Amino acid sequence: MSGTRAEVPRSISERLRDRPVVRDRAVTSSHGAGGKAQAALLEGLLFESYGSDELRREEDGAVLHTAGAERLVFTTDSFVVTPREFPGGSLGRLAVFGTVNDLAVMGADPRWISVALILEEGFAMDELRKVADDIAAAASEAGVAIVTGDTKVVERGRGDGVYVNTAGIGFLPEGLDLGAHRVVPGDRVVVSGNIGDHGTAVLLARGELAFAGDVRSDCGTVTELTRALLEAAPGTRWMRDPTRGGLASVCAELAAGSGAGIVLNETALPIRPTVRAACELLGIDPLYVANEGKVVAVVPEDEADSAVEALRRLEGGGAAAVVGTVAEDSAGVVLLETAVGGKRVVDQLVGDPLPRIC
Amino acid sequence: MRYVDEFRDRDLCTDRLDAIRSVGAELGRHVKIMEICGGHTHTIYRNGLPGLLPDNIEFVHGPGCPVCVVPMGRIDDVRHLVENDGVVLCTFGDVVRVPGRNGSLLEAKAKGADVRIVYSPMDALDIARREADRVVVFLALGFETTTPPTAATILRARAEGVANFAVHCNHVLVNPAILAILEAPGQSIDAFVGPGHVSAIIGTGTYEYVPREWGKPFVVSGFEPLDLLQALEMILVQLREGRAEIENQYSRVVTPGGNSHAQALVDEVFEVRPHFEWRGLGSIASSALAVRPEFSDWDAEVRFDLPGVRLEDARACQCGEILKGALKPWQCKVFGTGCTPEHPIGSCMVSAEGACAAYYSYGSQGLRSDGTVAS
Repeated sequence: MSGTRAEVPRSISERLRDRPVVRDRAVTSSHGAGGKAQAALLEGLLFESYGSDELRREEDGAVLHTAGAERLVFTTDSFVVTPREFPGGSLGRLAVFGTVNDLAVMGADPRWISVALILEEGFAMDELRKVADDIAAAASEAGVAIVTGDTKVVERGRGDGVYVNTAGIGFLPEGLDLGAHRVVPGDRVVVSGNIGDHGTAVLLARGELAFAGDVRSDCGTVTELTRALLEAAPGTRWMRDPTRGGLASVCAELAAGSGAGIVLNETALPIRPTVRAACELLGIDPLYVANEGKVVAVVPEDEADSAVEALRRLEGGGAAAVVGTVAEDSAGVVLLETAVGGKRVVDQLVGDPLPRIC
Repeated sequence: MRYVDEFRDRDLCTDRLDAIRSVGAELGRHVKIMEICGGHTHTIYRNGLPGLLPDNIEFVHGPGCPVCVVPMGRIDDVRHLVENDGVVLCTFGDVVRVPGRNGSLLEAKAKGADVRIVYSPMDALDIARREADRVVVFLALGFETTTPPTAATILRARAEGVANFAVHCNHVLVNPAILAILEAPGQSIDAFVGPGHVSAIIGTGTYEYVPREWGKPFVVSGFEPLDLLQALEMILVQLREGRAEIENQYSRVVTPGGNSHAQALVDEVFEVRPHFEWRGLGSIASSALAVRPEFSDWDAEVRFDLPGVRLEDARACQCGEILKGALKPWQCKVFGTGCTPEHPIGSCMVSAEGACAAYYSYGSQGLRSDGTVAS
């Protein structure tokens, strides 16, 4: 032992709330993984340069006030995925649903989207046609119109075939106020279905693993789910779609943003057996695995049951469940009550979940 | 999941916890138990076990996180390979964030180095077959559990005559590390939770010196919470009865003699190095493996001219004290300030199995005065 220390150690929750700083000398893949490294990039670099009030809220979209009474929600997202097609979805479908879902979880009614393509020289026209057809079909399913777009071509070797950016606009219903500021102790955390399907499906579709499994991505629009949820639980406080970084990361963001404590219940988490098994084999925690057609919401305690019932009646909502509670203590931190009755912190990851060695 | 859920059953775990509390109370003193294996450290924190244990029972976290003990010089060597010799470097996922002197392999990748994450050494050999114009190096590391697959891969490469494949071997042995901890001055460990998967390969017989010469109970455990709680109870009962023996909680996987087929594979391909540098623990005699000369065509250390620089650990880093169980993660000078999962200084902060990373990510907000986690 190196002797006792005089000062009281800073508590871990204080450390978890530290403001991020950018210390890396170059961008790494961690900066795009929806975890701490990305948060550091946003807050420590990008927002320093152009952080508006709307951006600093770090929500899935910005609420814009027009001259009239109407409010718009505006959002944008860029898409790369390998492989471009996977069970349950494709790059084109993701590109539409990703943006539509960001609008939907803001409470908005998605109406218009833009599609910008960055194409690499040599990219096969047949493949491009497939991406375009998927975009068209997904837009039609989600009930949005593609109203503007852009196309750029980069030299061969300067891109990965095709990158897609979409932006979207929707109307926010009158009087609706969603956000971390509305979350209060006693509220319940609801998830609209099985978690981890998309990330696991893509991982398996890459064919790099020595095992295979029948897992389909949940890639789809959540508009029906959010509408049903807002109707069944009109007091809904906050919604998010748990994409990169999974359920854990959006809950960590909520805890940090609201100052509330979140307690998740491990045994209540809906996870498909095949997804659990695949994650178990790889040493990955399904709490951190991406979803592309799910909603996490915080609802008042007395509306939680009707919210779950309403979700369960819909396609894609069959496994909806109450998975946690907003707590008085553990401010700003997410705790997981483990299956065996212990408690642990659910922190944001730095970057992508990496498989453990053994 | 069958064979998993049974070992996470709350009622069964509660029964074991009751027994632990009762034996712990009978013992009536502080008990320090080292779990050697990083997988156990991960289980302890992931399931929130510290908050469930009585105050006088303390887990200290041993050196068995394979990623944590790889020294900076070895990371720099492979970084040199991938940056200067243009090889494809393949390794396990959590290795890519381990800091070398000039950054991690993930940072090298960002600068254009061809670093790829694989799930087994055979995957690296597959890449070598597919990309015949490249040389593929597998950065091999780990205790006895991960050594047989590396051996099998080298044998396969030889059988198929795959010439563009080599292994950079960092495989280490668990017993020399246990001995180094036992011999460390001021060591105050009461008993050990023995590694599970390592023991499946080497057998429980190899630990006999621990109870015989050091008088400490040694119970091999599985990786589910119920396994660990049962192993803990077995240790406490030994202590209460004044016994020191090897016991095997993980008998569904581990046997006294281990896996002789795997042992033979390892023997055929590897030999013991006279010395190997461990991050935090320093140089330990006969503690690691090297590829045998007859397989030197697949040995990256022979095929390439490596800098082979030996570097001191970062001065602020107290990983060594953590790995020996002398300090709790939060007692390290740089824990949570200079050293975080985003910017690790010491490797204990890198892998999810590392004591510091587990503690940082899974620890609760309250720390008791003795450093255990209150929930």
